[in-house]
Amino acid sequence: MLYVVIAFLYLSLLFYLLFGGADFGAGIIELFSGGSSKERTRLLTYQAIGPIWEANHMWLIITIVILFVGFPEIYTLASVYLHIPLSLLLIGIIARGTAFIFRHYDAVKDHFQKIYNLIFVYSSFMTPFFLGILAGTAISGRIDPDATDFVSAYLSPWLGWFPLSVGLFTVVICGFLAAVFLIGEANDNDDRELFRKKAFRMNILTVIAGGLVFLVGEWEGIRLFTELINHPVGLAALVLATLSLPVTWMLLRQKKVYWPRVLVGFQITMILVTLMVSQHPDFIILKNSTISLENAAAGESTIFALGMALLIGSLFILPALFYLIYSFQKQPVSVKKSLKH
Amino acid sequence: MDDLLAARSQMALSLGFHIIFACIGMIMPFLMAISHYKYLKSGKEKYKTLTKAWSKGVAIFFVTGAVSGTMLSFELGLLWPEFMKHAGPIFGMPFSLEGTAFFIEAIALGFFLYGWEKFHPWFHWFTGVVVGVSGLASGILVVAANAWMNSPAGFDYVNGEYLNIDPMAAMFNDAWFTQSLHMILAAFVATCFAVAGIHAWLLTKGKNTNIHKAALKISLTLGAVAAILQPLSGDLSAKDVAERQPAKLAAMEAHFKTEEAASLIIGGIPDEENQAVHYAIKIPGALSFLAHGDFNAEVTGLDQIPKDEQPPVTITHFAFQIMVGCGMVLMITGIIWLFGLWKNKKYIYSSKFLGWIALLTPLGFLAVEAGWFVTEVGRQPWILYGIMKTKDAVTPMPGIVYSFLLYAAIYVSLAGIVTLLLIRQIKNIDKNQDLSLPSNS
Repeated sequence: MLYVVIAFLYLSLLFYLLFGGADFGAGIIELFSGGSSKERTRLLTYQAIGPIWEANHMWLIITIVILFVGFPEIYTLASVYLHIPLSLLLIGIIARGTAFIFRHYDAVKDHFQKIYNLIFVYSSFMTPFFLGILAGTAISGRIDPDATDFVSAYLSPWLGWFPLSVGLFTVVICGFLAAVFLIGEANDNDDRELFRKKAFRMNILTVIAGGLVFLVGEWEGIRLFTELINHPVGLAALVLATLSLPVTWMLLRQKKVYWPRVLVGFQITMILVTLMVSQHPDFIILKNSTISLENAAAGESTIFALGMALLIGSLFILPALFYLIYSFQKQPVSVKKSLKH
Repeated sequence: MDDLLAARSQMALSLGFHIIFACIGMIMPFLMAISHYKYLKSGKEKYKTLTKAWSKGVAIFFVTGAVSGTMLSFELGLLWPEFMKHAGPIFGMPFSLEGTAFFIEAIALGFFLYGWEKFHPWFHWFTGVVVGVSGLASGILVVAANAWMNSPAGFDYVNGEYLNIDPMAAMFNDAWFTQSLHMILAAFVATCFAVAGIHAWLLTKGKNTNIHKAALKISLTLGAVAAILQPLSGDLSAKDVAERQPAKLAAMEAHFKTEEAASLIIGGIPDEENQAVHYAIKIPGALSFLAHGDFNAEVTGLDQIPKDEQPPVTITHFAFQIMVGCGMVLMITGIIWLFGLWKNKKYIYSSKFLGWIALLTPLGFLAVEAGWFVTEVGRQPWILYGIMKTKDAVTPMPGIVYSFLLYAAIYVSLAGIVTLLLIRQIKNIDKNQDLSLPSNS
């Protein structure tokens, strides 16, 4: 049952990165767009993710619940030593969620919209940035449970070039994901062309940011990379992700909609797989020790109950969720038409 | 302000904020579904307008409730890591089920809000009902987890270790039923009376009266029924608390000395130094009866509780009085309303009565907040009753006071914006559409 729980943990992380990521990415694209393109992105974002964004956000809650029920040691360790970036992540989540709903449900459209938009785009950037920082810190071996002073215990674990570069990488991945996703949401050729261009740009940034993570990691002596080369599955996943990139470009050029989405999803999955297997069995690497999911797991009865709850829950959730996504996928929306209204 | 007090304040603020949004997000879907049902059955436009107006409220409150709930799931660890390290695996069951319920609610809400004219009308209605039912389920589950903190179960505590963990037994602890029942009814009372208050106020303005009348009928009737049931559940809770947490009951009642045929103390100002209550109304034997069902039973007083295990008496006592007082006012108003509705009396739509209902808008939530103070402050100094003290659970990170100030600023601004949004929504109903016109009704 432990492996069922672990599978759900990784699955919920992956889904949060994929669905929530596309969600954050829409805000990131809006942040880096100008003029009418900003307005078009905004409308498309609302129509594309409006019905499902609440559900997207739920994957994070599932992740947290699995951690605190099943792996309390990891949850409390992160809560103590990563208190500050976790708080900042939280603030991003609050600001984004509320700004999104406020800007669409405010009965009066006035200058408040500007404030909502600002909060929405900046928190869309901030949230995945800190999510990446947390992930980067977890594998960097920077957390020191023996630290006694404030800076080395609560600041320096996450405030370093490696965690920051992972944060940046997460942000651009989300942007890339969203751009590719939004191509298919628009049914207007101009809109599609707009997001296709954005997808290319975001993809270039993704490659640069990914390279940066490698360089910084190498420079700071993060052991992830030596282990990665030695791990056949991790290496294979990374090679597959890289090889699928040119295919994505080709398909984007051919104005395909469906397959680029699948490929981008595949690339992100492969990145997570790479990270996971090259780390295995460790989950968090501390300064002088490591913690694995197997060792940090709660007692058998807890894991059994948690696993059952997840299995039964997914029987209800997954069909309903897929039907929801399917229902609102049937008719792509025209931004131009909405703008005229 | 030291770190412990800052952490407690932040937690109290987060919970106090979340509880309002969670209640509204949990109950309004039911109001919406009733109105929606009436629309589908009668085809009257006023019910459709009302359903849509209420669904906007649901969306705003659901999101605010969801994000503040997410914050809480993080804050449990950020503020009380030592507690979560041990408690997580034991009381995690209701949380994992709550995750499922909440997920279903989010999915159903997506269907409902964006599903007008997209699905079969009854399927669309059904998704609205699912929003309500799954919301209610998450409420019950979360309160079950809190009940476990009051009534630890499902493990053996041996030499500081938590052994033989049984998550199911922890979830179905002795307090889960009475606490959940009391909370759910409170959510119905508070939300329905608040909604009714707003519509009553709008009714006095004389615009769209058919819509506001329909809204008032649905919300106040539901609220009145819940308000009448609430004292029964309160009685169950009191007996439960008397048995399991005598210190909490003693603090609620400012009952300093253990005695037989104990009197019920109404109102009054507790004097903790001299162990007395001034200016209170005392009903002899009533406390013994309420706590143990026998006018002569012995009720444990604070003198039986070690000094360092006594909850703050004054706060708990005042909070308890406020909760009961508000509940009583709402119940009596509810009875008057139901009687008027049943006998077709004119007074229920008189400007005086409508004004009174409008005045009561915040009262239910005042009672809810006071009730949480009783539950949470009354449990102090324990975070896990009888096992772990709050001061032993707090995070080692210093400077929590800054965190508290930051979150306080966020909550205050959120509350401000949500209030503004609501005012705008309400104004909008009356500004844009005068639906009392016959062509629209």
